[in-house]
Amino acid sequence: MTPPVLETRDLVKTFGGFTATDGVSLSIAKGARHALIGPNGAGKTTLVNLLTGFLTPTSGSVLLDGADVTGLAQHKRVARGLARTFQINRLFADLTVLESVALAVAEQMGVGRRFWRPIGRHGEVLDAAARLVEDLHLADVAHRRTRDLAYGKQRLIEIALALAARPRVLLLDEPAAGVPTSESRELFAALAALPADMTILLIEHDMDLVFRFADRISVLVSGAVLLEDTPEVVAGHPLVREVYLGEAHHV
Amino acid sequence: MTPLTPTSSDRAGPAATVDLAPLRRAARPRALEFAFWLLPVAAWFLFPENLALLTQIAITAIFALSLDLVLGYAGIVTLGHAAFFGVGAYAAGMLSAKLGIGDPLLGLVFAAAVSALAGAITSPFVLRGTGLTRLMVTIGIGMMLFEAANKANDFTGGVDGLQGIEMTPLLGLWSFDLWGKTAYVYAVAVLFVVFLVARHVVGSPFGLSLRAIHMNAARMPALGVSVDARLTAAWIAAAAIAGIAGALLTQTTQFVSIDVLGFGRSAEILLILILGGAGRLYGALVGAIVFVTLHHLLADVDPEYWQLWIGLVLIGIVLFARNGLMGVVDPFERLLARKETKR
Repeated sequence: MTPPVLETRDLVKTFGGFTATDGVSLSIAKGARHALIGPNGAGKTTLVNLLTGFLTPTSGSVLLDGADVTGLAQHKRVARGLARTFQINRLFADLTVLESVALAVAEQMGVGRRFWRPIGRHGEVLDAAARLVEDLHLADVAHRRTRDLAYGKQRLIEIALALAARPRVLLLDEPAAGVPTSESRELFAALAALPADMTILLIEHDMDLVFRFADRISVLVSGAVLLEDTPEVVAGHPLVREVYLGEAHHV
Repeated sequence: MTPLTPTSSDRAGPAATVDLAPLRRAARPRALEFAFWLLPVAAWFLFPENLALLTQIAITAIFALSLDLVLGYAGIVTLGHAAFFGVGAYAAGMLSAKLGIGDPLLGLVFAAAVSALAGAITSPFVLRGTGLTRLMVTIGIGMMLFEAANKANDFTGGVDGLQGIEMTPLLGLWSFDLWGKTAYVYAVAVLFVVFLVARHVVGSPFGLSLRAIHMNAARMPALGVSVDARLTAAWIAAAAIAGIAGALLTQTTQFVSIDVLGFGRSAEILLILILGGAGRLYGALVGAIVFVTLHHLLADVDPEYWQLWIGLVLIGIVLFARNGLMGVVDPFERLLARKETKR
């Protein structure tokens, strides 16, 4: 077995007396499509925040490519190839789609600190941004401001911004959340088109998407991993059926 | 259920091509901009008696541009920006009064450097907090500097002001005359250069990242950006520009009043920027022109209560033009942009 790309060891996060993450040890292989499911309040987003460095764990460690990154700042983890999307859109309301993506691409290419040449004359940035915009079916709205777009389109920008970082590991925090069925086709297509060698950790409420996408599923309950297995085994697990799949269709 | 695998060809036809022209075009100067920069030339011929006032406008415009960088673009609300204006004013003044170096351009560079240093020293304190905390810190820094200048009487002249400033001719060619001709051309030339620099900065990838931080700072680390590093750079650059404005005031009036550090000046420049429209550079320029002119006219009409009238006018403008005077052009700009994209 190839060494894991992303790994956590006995990760614990407490807020006051509340344990949000309770001794989580995950191991995600290169190219995996790993899903993290669990009821509301199970600590899924907290775990993502620990992985990306938005939060610092109370104890335990996070390893990226075998190197300990537990104390590394968010932006430095991004530079090492770990990107994420957010459960609730965190976008740039007044920037156009192309500007937003160009911003993210410029940072990935290391030209974000350049303060003289206009962004419009950074040809390599614009070309890469245009390609991403096209890949994510955003070409027709490339020059519209983010705030004027439908929610489904905004979710695609979320993914475009994460992909602009050219991640080797991508954390998708409920990418389908809030997207109406009528707009979800493009989103699913975008997820399906992600390169096979990109390692993906998907957090999702939409069980339909989880079972279509994932080749491995971890179930998180009360901050701890209840079980980790293939989608078939997880789907057949009595507890999962009871607490989770039963309500999946209302979400 | 069809599995979503990377090999799935669930993609909507051939990708449309994205038109990059609008972004490329954004950097190019527009016809209206050339027209705008004819104003200072026209003013020279139209108001030869008012060159001192016009010089004040140019200096105020530079100061407002500096604030626009940190507030309009980077989104740092400050009520202590006069600190850097004042540091620049005193730096230029002391270079001449204490060290006998009266070369104006050297004075500008020196003032910019000292103000930038002041910016570097204050930035960790300012950037530490957010929102109101940040605002309090900027006010605190402004007040401390004011009192320091007041206390260091021997050095700064305290409330009597710093005297004994003498300027050598500009570039060794033009001496500062009684009519303020040299001063005006000098101030406008510096304004133009500062504007060009600011225009480059805001249109660059760095400038784009500042606007993005303003809109959503929390997202930036996830794009690989250290927000603090960017804001520190913007803060220092703005401090240097404010210092240049302060130095120009010293050099063109050959005097430094302790008012350069006053809270009133910080509040006034904020007012000017909001009046003109923040985050667009030209708002800073238009705000400076309108405010200083109004101030001058109203003080002429009613020397005692001019502040009452200027307050009324400002409230009126802000109520009817929410995004400042320059905000009035926004709907037209968007219409134009949409037309050009459609073509």
